[in-house]
Amino acid sequence: MSDLYLIFKNMTRKPLRLFLMVLATFIAFLIYGVATSFETALNAGVELSADDRLITVNKINFTQPLPMAYVNKVKTVENVDGVVHMNWFGGYYQQPQNFVQTFAVDEEALLGVYDKEIVVTEEERQNWLRNRQAILVGPKTAETFGWQKGDRIPLRSNIFTQRNGSDTWEFDIVAIYGAEDQQADLFSVYIHYDYFNETQSFGGNYIGWMGVRTTDPSLNEQVIKDIDELFVNSLWETETVPEKAFSKAFIAQAGNIGLIVGTVVAAAFFIILVIVGNSMVLSVRERTNEIGVLKTLGFRSERIFVMVLAEALLLAFFGGGLGLAVSTLATMAINSLNLPFTMLVDTSVILKAAGFMLLLGFVTGIIPAVNALRLNIITALSKA
Amino acid sequence: MTNKILYDLRDIEKSFVKGKEKITVFDNLNMSIAEGDFLAIMGPSGSGKTTLLNMLGGVDQPTGGEVWFDDARVDTLSEGELARWRANNIGFIFQFYNLMPMLNAARNVELPLLLTNLNKKQRKQSVETALELVGLADRAKHMPNEMSGGQQQRVAIARAIVSDPKLMLCDEPTGDLDRTTADEILEMLQLLNREHGKTIVMVTHDPQAAKYAKRTLHLDKGEFVEKDLAA
Repeated sequence: MSDLYLIFKNMTRKPLRLFLMVLATFIAFLIYGVATSFETALNAGVELSADDRLITVNKINFTQPLPMAYVNKVKTVENVDGVVHMNWFGGYYQQPQNFVQTFAVDEEALLGVYDKEIVVTEEERQNWLRNRQAILVGPKTAETFGWQKGDRIPLRSNIFTQRNGSDTWEFDIVAIYGAEDQQADLFSVYIHYDYFNETQSFGGNYIGWMGVRTTDPSLNEQVIKDIDELFVNSLWETETVPEKAFSKAFIAQAGNIGLIVGTVVAAAFFIILVIVGNSMVLSVRERTNEIGVLKTLGFRSERIFVMVLAEALLLAFFGGGLGLAVSTLATMAINSLNLPFTMLVDTSVILKAAGFMLLLGFVTGIIPAVNALRLNIITALSKA
Repeated sequence: MTNKILYDLRDIEKSFVKGKEKITVFDNLNMSIAEGDFLAIMGPSGSGKTTLLNMLGGVDQPTGGEVWFDDARVDTLSEGELARWRANNIGFIFQFYNLMPMLNAARNVELPLLLTNLNKKQRKQSVETALELVGLADRAKHMPNEMSGGQQQRVAIARAIVSDPKLMLCDEPTGDLDRTTADEILEMLQLLNREHGKTIVMVTHDPQAAKYAKRTLHLDKGEFVEKDLAA
């Protein structure tokens, strides 16, 4: 027998109470795990945005087009290393509800500017460049529709039509691309701008926005200034921002996710703090006489203090660990639904959760532990 | 019983402050307990029996005077030092047994040994010996609620003797037991005193129980009165 055994026996002496306290902690950390990994998933775009990339959009707002001619002008700006232009295609597969996040791009520049986000083999690269009807497909989208490399697929647009009146374009899948980071965008598909531009019935020679790679992130400010100055007082003035800021602003359109998640998690923690804290106080108060007996036998007050605190910490880590484990399974299940984000209970989430467990155990255990520490033996024994 | 003084209380004073009133329990109390003694302390409620027992056990401190145990002064020890002193020297037996309800008999008996340097094997051996001595070797795995009052008190006695203390303090050890069981417990205490040389101080209301002791002191209003029934 050891102190740990005593702690364990004290914890398990009332199974129903233990179950309810573990359940409360479990639920709080389940909510924490899922909510935080959701927030992390939404912020992944910001986190994964490269420091040396800028986004140039129409100054009015990013849904307004820019002339194709801007691309070559931006390429001439000093310290610009690469420029890829993109257009929103508004794609879907067979039915409008089968949304496919499709971009018409400068095929060669794409692989240069987004070399870490879109990884293909050399052979796939050659096929992509050679075939005007080639399409690069994100693995999550391929999985959703059961597409494979080599398939020829029809994609329809809910915005554009071809000159022949059809809203359907045919594409050859030349690669299911990969990415260096597992939280990168694995849903988007990319088609050749030229193919799209030449076949569309209206709006030709305009682009949606540009991804601009600079030679050094420290030069971003100057490059931003230089690009935007190029088009001052034109019909299509530009606004260039760092990619991180662009992603952040894009996500912010959905509301302050961080605040919402933070509020939900804080509410959950506050509730379990009250429930578990109260239960711990009651649980130790019920043991007043036993604590008195232990002290009488010669157990030092400090040792009993540690035992009570350890009980609260074990409870927090057990319930919390269980909640976190189940939240990992839950995020895996959510990810299998192929939603346009990848939730991950990663190391940072786990470390933060461990910190919260420590805090929770400490806060819920400190009052009963101090009570046990201060407990006078004579008073305690009179509670028999 | 040897002539060596194990416990010596010199000019003990003990008072409490209750509200604005000062209540004096002991005023200049003197008492000696020889090694191997079996002393019963009797007296009416409020006479100071339990306070005296608490002081002997080092769970309460006098407000004046000196407490000497085995030629060392005890009343000046800190709380932590007193805890260690209790663990090394005193075995406690309570009226309501005070066993840990979530531990079986053997684990309850093992508790004081967690305060020693004995390894697991040595602790197991000591627990078996103590339980055998109180005749409960076959109940080692039983939980307190699976045992009768008498059996629980015997487990409590095993817990009190397992670390081989010099002094055993019993607070109404038979107060919760029927006559037959009480006699069994008292015979056991007598055996521990006679055969194993344990010094025992027992507080009791029961004159029948006091008969098992070698001598009885009567306490009234914080003073020993002349009813010493030396055996």
